[in-house]
Amino acid sequence: MTKFLAEIDVMPKKEILDPQGKAVTGSMKNLGLSEIQNIRIGKHITLEIEADSEAAATAKVDEACKNLLANLIMESYSFKLEPLV
Amino acid sequence: MKFGVVIFPGSNCDEDIIHVLQNVMGQQVVRLWHKDHDLQDAEFIVLPGGFSFGDYLRSGAIARFSPIMQEVIQFAAKGGNVLGICNGFQILTEAGLLPGALLHNNTRRFICRNIHMKAQTTNSLVTRQIDPQRALKIPVAHGEGNYFADADVLKAINDNDQVLFRYCDAAGNVVDDANPNGSIENIAGVTNQARNVFGFMPHPERAADALLANQDGLAIFESILALANA
Repeated sequence: MTKFLAEIDVMPKKEILDPQGKAVTGSMKNLGLSEIQNIRIGKHITLEIEADSEAAATAKVDEACKNLLANLIMESYSFKLEPLV
Repeated sequence: MKFGVVIFPGSNCDEDIIHVLQNVMGQQVVRLWHKDHDLQDAEFIVLPGGFSFGDYLRSGAIARFSPIMQEVIQFAAKGGNVLGICNGFQILTEAGLLPGALLHNNTRRFICRNIHMKAQTTNSLVTRQIDPQRALKIPVAHGEGNYFADADVLKAINDNDQVLFRYCDAAGNVVDDANPNGSIENIAGVTNQARNVFGFMPHPERAADALLANQDGLAIFESILALANA
């Protein structure tokens, strides 16, 4: 068994309004950084998982993302895995 | 009728709905704790409003995996009637029992005020006695009530007459200005294809007692119980 660290990003889908990102984009103007645009805010999730192989760990993390960590109606996700030493 | 009201950690409208069902409508009510595995023979399940599990991750996402929800999902699959109000609606969409999802309000604010809404169909247990021309004044209180469904799902729920309520103005016009939270096509509530699961963001249980000087919410409970309109 190997222990892996998964780093997961969950983002609001492109076609969906992200009010939080929009508000933060608006405040960039007040900072004098009006060239910064289209801020979108999602979640970064880390977790540890023990599995026989990287493929097995990938399958489990994918299941966790699909069923709980992201709502695929409004969000998309991506993740990377690395062995923990 | 025997109602079962599910209580999650963070539910806060459970006593309101229990009061209306029990004291105003004269029905039997059992409280169902989220860790229970038994619906106690309730004939109609209600998921109340609140902030189950602190709205962590997403509203309703964690509640959906509570032990009692596995019973509720089976009950609904067998045709049992389930109603979700506010956070209950969010839980039902997270559980896949209702189409679509509830996004953050486009106003970026938590909204707590009266809105108007209109029944869009009389072909449902919760709207069958509501005059579709009548604008009901009902309170909302939510941060994530912005109903969203992709184009295919939206077409399907319109084609199948699954939209229960739309936000409207006091005169009953379904217009952008009357949309409190950015919901697609002003949708405030929907039912599933089998028409036994119901969800909406507004709180009729907060407008069903004469003491509150607004009883527009009664129409929904009267529909459920098939009582004559007051």
